[in-house]
Formats: sequence, C-alpha cells, structure tokens
Amino acid sequence: MSALDTLLDSRQVWRAQKAIHEDRQGAIATGHAALDAVLPGGGWPRAAVSELLVQGAGSGELALLWPLLARLTRAERPLVLVSPPAIPYPAAWRRAGVRLERCHWLDVGGREALWATEQCLRAACCAAVVAWLPQADSRAMRRLQVAAASGDTLAFVLRPLAKTREASPVALRLRLHPHAELEVLKCRGGWPPTQRIAFGGEA
Amino acid sequence: MRWVCLLFPRLALEGALRRRPDPCAPFALIAGPAQRWRIRAANSAAREQGVKPGQALGLAEALCHELEVASFEATEVERWRQRLAAWAYGYSAQVSLHYPHALVFEVASSLALFGPWPRLEARLRTELAELGFSHRLAIAPNPAAARVLVNAHDGLAVGDAELEPALAALRLDRLGLEEETVQTLQRSGLRRLGELFGIPRGALTRRFGGTLMRHLGELRGEWPLALDVYRPARQFSRTFEFDRPVHAIAGLAFPLKRLLQELGAFLIGRDAGVERFRLTLGIEDGPPQRIDIGLLSVQRDPGTLLELTRTHLERVRLAGPVMTLTLSATRVAAYMPTRRELLDGPARQAQAWAALHQRLVARLGESALRPLIEHREHRPEAAVLGGAGPSAGGRIEHRPRPGWLMAEPYRCDGDVARLLAGPERIESGWWDGGDIRRDYYLAEWTDGRHAWVWREPGGEGLYLHGWFG
Repeated sequence: MSALDTLLDSRQVWRAQKAIHEDRQGAIATGHAALDAVLPGGGWPRAAVSELLVQGAGSGELALLWPLLARLTRAERPLVLVSPPAIPYPAAWRRAGVRLERCHWLDVGGREALWATEQCLRAACCAAVVAWLPQADSRAMRRLQVAAASGDTLAFVLRPLAKTREASPVALRLRLHPHAELEVLKCRGGWPPTQRIAFGGEA
Repeated sequence: MRWVCLLFPRLALEGALRRRPDPCAPFALIAGPAQRWRIRAANSAAREQGVKPGQALGLAEALCHELEVASFEATEVERWRQRLAAWAYGYSAQVSLHYPHALVFEVASSLALFGPWPRLEARLRTELAELGFSHRLAIAPNPAAARVLVNAHDGLAVGDAELEPALAALRLDRLGLEEETVQTLQRSGLRRLGELFGIPRGALTRRFGGTLMRHLGELRGEWPLALDVYRPARQFSRTFEFDRPVHAIAGLAFPLKRLLQELGAFLIGRDAGVERFRLTLGIEDGPPQRIDIGLLSVQRDPGTLLELTRTHLERVRLAGPVMTLTLSATRVAAYMPTRRELLDGPARQAQAWAALHQRLVARLGESALRPLIEHREHRPEAAVLGGAGPSAGGRIEHRPRPGWLMAEPYRCDGDVARLLAGPERIESGWWDGGDIRRDYYLAEWTDGRHAWVWREPGGEGLYLHGWFG
C-alpha cells in the first residue's frame, strides 16, 4: 500500500475532485457531443453560472445554447432572457425547436438587469436564465454565482471579450471564436482542454 | 350566545397617537371653546410631567415645554370606532357599536374556528396591542352584561351559571344607570346590584318606572337587547394628512405602512383581497398625483402589499411636496389563501413564477417583461413588434432567419466582407402604409460573424438587420 493510500484511508487528506464529481452528477448535457466530452460531469454545471465571452451578438452563442434551450422548454418551467443584445426573432427560435410560449425576455439595462437576473435565479422557478451583462464586474458575478446556487438554477451570463482578462468566480468560462469554435478558459472540477472545440451546427 | 365587550378607555388619544411618527413624545388632546382650551387627554410622557385632563392649555404648556397638542374631534373618534368594528368583523358576523367607547360582538360560533376562549382572547389582545389601542375586555352570555362587567373587570369570562353572582357583586354606580336613579338607590342604602335583584319587581317598577326594569332584564338576559349590527363598507379609502409637506418618497413609508395595515384588517373583515389599488398624493399647489398599483394575484397580507408598493414607488418621481396620502381600493376580489406546504411540483412552480413575475413587473414596469410571440407576417419588424397580428400557428419558416433582429436597421457597407447567399425578396405591407421592398442577403462580417443584411432593389447601400447566432 502506498503512502498516499494510507493518508486517504486515515482521512487526513480530502479529495476535492471526488466531491466535485459528486455534485456534478446532475450536469446537463449541452447537446454538442464534442463539448460534453470535455466538460467535467459531461455538461453544463447545474445550479451555477456559466460565462460565455463573445465578440458581440451572433458570435455563435445561439448555436451553442439552442439545443439546450429547446430541450428545457419542452418542460413547464419558463426560460428568461435578460437584456438580450437585440430582439429575439421568434421564427428562428422556433425553428431551432424552442417553445416560444415558455420564453420571456426582459428589456432592461444597467443595474436593473443585474437585479432582475439575481431575482430570477433566486426564485428557483426558471428552467434557465440567460443574461447579457457587459456591465457586470467580478463582484456582480460572484453574487450571481451565489444566487444560482441558492436557487438551484442554470445560468448563463454573456460578457464581451474585453472581460477575458478579469478574474471570474464562476464555475465555467468559455470563449467563443468565429466559425463555431470555442475555448474552455476555466472549468471547476477539471483541467480546461488546451485545444479549441468545434461545436458545429450553423444557425 | 357569548358576547365579548371591548372597552377602549383612551380611544381618541390613541387614535391621534397612531398618526404621530413618535408616539412616545409628550402629546395631548385639547377641547373646549377657542382661547379656553383645556386638556382632554394626555399620553404617559405628558402625564409624567404633570399634564392632567382638565388643565388649562397654558398651564400644561408651562409644565411640559415639548408638549404637542391636537384638537379633539368627535368625528375622528367615530371613524376609529368604525375601523375597530371592521377589524372585529373578522371574528364575528354580529358586531355592534351600540355602546359609546365600546364594541360588542358575538363569538359563540367563532370559537369553533379560533379555538377556545383563552386562545381567542390572547389573539384579540395581541392584535389590539399591534393596532396601538389599550383596552379592557369581558365575555358574558349577553351584550348588556358584558358591557357592565367590563366596567369593573378586565379579562373576566362568565358563563350562564356564573352570570347572576358576577352581576350581583357589581357596584350600583358602575352600571351605566342615570345619575339620579343611582343616588336614589344609594340613599335607600343599596350598594350592590345583588341587593336590587332581591327587591320585588313590582315595587321597583312603581318607584323607578320601566327603564330600570328593562335594564335589569337585559343584564340577566331576560329581555332581548335589539342591537344595530355593524355592516362593513364595500370600498376602502383612507387618507393620511401630513403636518408638514413631504418632499421625498422615503417620507411616505411610515403612513403607507399604517394605511396598508388598515387595508389588511378591512380585507380580512370582508374575507377578501385586492387585485389593484390606488395611491393618491395630494400635492401642494398642484393636481393630485395618482399611482395605480396592480397585482398579478389577489393579495391581502400587509407585508406583501408593502413590499410590492415599495418596489413600485422606487420608480415614481414626486410631482411636488406631498400634503396628503390616500389609499383607496374600490374593488375587492375573492381571496383564496394558498398554503405552500400543500402544493407540490407544478403548482408550486407556477406560484413561484407568478410571484417572480409580479416582482419584476412591479419594479421594471409592465412593458419590460415581454413574451416571445411569432406573428404571421412577412415583414421582420412587424413579425416581432406588431403585437396585434395573428400568431404564426404551426407553420415553420424554412428560409434562413436570424436569431437576433435589430430594433433599427442601420447602414453597414464597410463591415460586410462578402455576401454568402441571397437575395431573398421581401415585399409587403402596401395596405397599412408601412410597405417595404427589400432584397435580403446572408453576409459575412469582417470578424467572421454572419449577418442578415438588406438592400433596396436597384439601390446602393447595405443595411444590417439581424445576426445569425
């Protein structure tokens, strides 16, 4: 028996990896096989914020999220979009399989958008909350992370590429590149893969 | 029958104190002809400094420099009696304001609901303390007996068997009889009601007439007492008047809380809730400012109403200094209390969503939270913004459509790297004046994103109208 096993058996050393894997049991499949394969737990972390860093509207964020949103809206719970960058075009969303009657979007900005996002996360009744929050700083992200955990709600926050260098307390950080490729910058409970991942599917 | 009598010995004073931001500061009610004001009632802070009822105002002010006064208004007292009756109506369908300063109501049928008398008594006392009214109470088999027993006791509960001895022990001057009758009886050597019960009825009737006999009969429950029963108002409207103009929303918080508590008491009495109510702010030198507060579900809990009203007020800008605040609810709605623990799964989800929806709308406004509706319409703008057109139904659009649509298309020639597909002609709307004629293209942006752009047939210049996600 190795020295490490002895330490583990005597419970002097605690393995973070195991605990994280346990609470990743409920990770939610992204609908993109290549992405599921590299994410710890095999999908979006539930009850946590996933941050997407994008160039602007239409950087592939819809192609990335639509498979998930289509699946979530098949159940009863509402989907809330907070301050999207433009008007969601219903024909395209429906074509992607999203049930429109479950969708609501909030046309607000500034501090109200942060407040609304936090309220939606804490209320524990939304299937998912997707928020465009260029104004969110690291403190705001921490608040939202806590809100998502306490409300057990799946959250996505989209911020501009300029925020890439800022530290972020969220569970998962992805950077979207042109032509449907993404880069995992941070994922709690695993090492981020070094190469870019193509998630395919053109919207 | 079991009748509760609540006696409010300091109703006028406590009613006036409720309107004061600091009820502990020395305060007195004054009455009398102008220039000869006398103290009618004073709160404990004023009494500690020597202010007494009956004193001339000048003397009282000399004794207590910080004394603040207000004039005694009989109509104000009557208004408080009505409000207390509305509160008591929550416990009984038979509430009467027959006696001045007191409230009687029948509770035999309510005891099944509110538990045995000691529990109901504790509840009544707690609620009255919250409302800020000192009181004495007694419960007896008939209203007349309850009324006289409360003169001598507080918290006395008398059943049928104990009624006679309890009444017999009462002093004659505590019965609410005419002064003259009491003096005549006392001169005859009578002190207690029991001694009066021992005298043959015929002799009493000859000496004092039917009034005394009727009163004694009512006390023993032998004569029925015809009481005018309180009927609750159909609408709620209360006004709070400020002593000095209020310039900030924050200054409205205290009276608003009081008014909402009263609305809550009124609603419990009516066994109802409200779906919308109105705040009217009386503005100095200006028209009143109205704020309508609509709720998504019927509510009556003052705490919930206060929280929703507060978030609503955060967006309001005062039109000027506020002199009065009126809360009115013209329509009440049937209220169905929801018990959270009984709900599970979808019902609880729906409730949580309704509450969230309400919070968002209260703070951000009705127009901020939008549904996603697809209209049967070829013009992209009208398909998302029209709002009035028929919905698209089950038909799915197979031509490429972007996930994002710009609210206003804008000129973008320099940013387009190349056109990938198109054109697709969209030509529609000649009938409503908003006609368009455009060729749409799928374009690649200089940074690699895919955009939806259009150009007028034969025209120059590309306009950005959407982004493919």
